[in-house]
Amino acid sequence: MRTMIKRPGAQGALVQRDLSIHPPAHAPGYKTSVLRSPRLAPISFDASPTEATGPIFGPDVVGPGDDDLLTNYAAPGESAIGPRIVVMGRLLDGSGRPVPRALIEVWQANAGGRYRHKRDGYLAPLDPNFGGCGRCMTDDDGWYSFRTVQPGAYPWPNRANDWRPAHIHISVFGEAFAQRLITQMYFEGDPLIPHCPILHTVPDAAAVDRLVARFDKSATIPMDACTWRFDIVLRGRRQTPFENRMEGL
Amino acid sequence: MQGRSHPWANALGWLPETASQTGGPYVHIGCVPSFAGLEGMYGGRDLGASCRRDGHVGEAITVEGRVFDGTGAPLRDALLELWQADANGRFAGEDGSDPAFDGWSRQPTDGETGLYRFETVRPGRVVWPDGRMQAPHIGLWIVARGINVGLYTRVYFEGDPANEEDPLLARVEHGERRATLMARGGEDDVWRFDIHLQGPKETVFFDV
Ligand SMILES: [Fe+3]
Repeated sequence: MRTMIKRPGAQGALVQRDLSIHPPAHAPGYKTSVLRSPRLAPISFDASPTEATGPIFGPDVVGPGDDDLLTNYAAPGESAIGPRIVVMGRLLDGSGRPVPRALIEVWQANAGGRYRHKRDGYLAPLDPNFGGCGRCMTDDDGWYSFRTVQPGAYPWPNRANDWRPAHIHISVFGEAFAQRLITQMYFEGDPLIPHCPILHTVPDAAAVDRLVARFDKSATIPMDACTWRFDIVLRGRRQTPFENRMEGL
Repeated sequence: MQGRSHPWANALGWLPETASQTGGPYVHIGCVPSFAGLEGMYGGRDLGASCRRDGHVGEAITVEGRVFDGTGAPLRDALLELWQADANGRFAGEDGSDPAFDGWSRQPTDGETGLYRFETVRPGRVVWPDGRMQAPHIGLWIVARGINVGLYTRVYFEGDPANEEDPLLARVEHGERRATLMARGGEDDVWRFDIHLQGPKETVFFDV
């Protein structure tokens, strides 16, 4: 299997990251960040090829059915328990350009809020037919979708009674290593959203709102699954027509 | 710009980046499910478990180490990704790059010892945007519970004469901090690179 394929055309420098929409490293409301946050200023530089390029995965990296969490860990003919949902959206970059053939990986708790992980001791039961991970690739227009169960909320050790709203973890590759992103998707209308210390490490209210997927009635599959719409934006590349650009950059 | 029609676009059509969130304690379920104990997921082989194959060009090396928190305790739930040029300084997907080398790998830290380990090749030199050559280096991205935005640093090789003329190392204003970017050792091609998230030995991280 060939993991990496030929990279597409131009690889201009990246637009500077707007740190005001990202959580600070040190966010005391999320206690684990206190000891895991650098305290010195990061050193800034304009991406060199190591940062302006990145892995480009071939289509055979994702297998058929990898994008269906209802069945990708289930016994033949069986399915995970819980509300059946489709999550779909577009992967764009900051210039609004769709990012085609990009790898997206997701992971989540089951419908009861329990992860299939040896360190998760929540009393909600495991679902024997639910593994909790999936992956897909965006199409030529940047669209992605996967099918799963709606995850449950779960308690976690932070303050004495903190709960995570229902969420799906999402890992995204763009075309540059400096675009690498992990985020979490939430569900519109979840009453736990205003109370989540992790979601509210994000300092900007509009940026928080963009992490909340919208129920999309028009894309919902009748008698099958509710659809949630979640667009993801990676950093854009600079579009400077008179920039002195080295060959190969 | 196509973004102009998107509800998030500003007046010029630019879209704001999606905010980062921690990978959390179960990042391994999503990124290295076989390591996380999901037997047989994706054919039982984690993506990026190795980046070099038989017949690769150049010197095979191991880069290993631990990631320490502010008390000096190793993180046993971190995930690291590497991206680097091949032995000739070309990135996977470029014309002439080594077909037996992917340039990208990801590894969890061990659940007991906290050790991570990459089996890779010693990278060649890559150009800096102004045309100067950089010293051989590896890009490293670190995520874990408690890390809100993935941390980016670089691994250089202690003792490499090219380090003296590396444009990015020259930018590290406090010279003694350059040592935090140096992998050490090299005996039997094993290089040690420990990462300190905070404290007196805090690793230099980059905002690219
Ligand atoms: Fe979670």
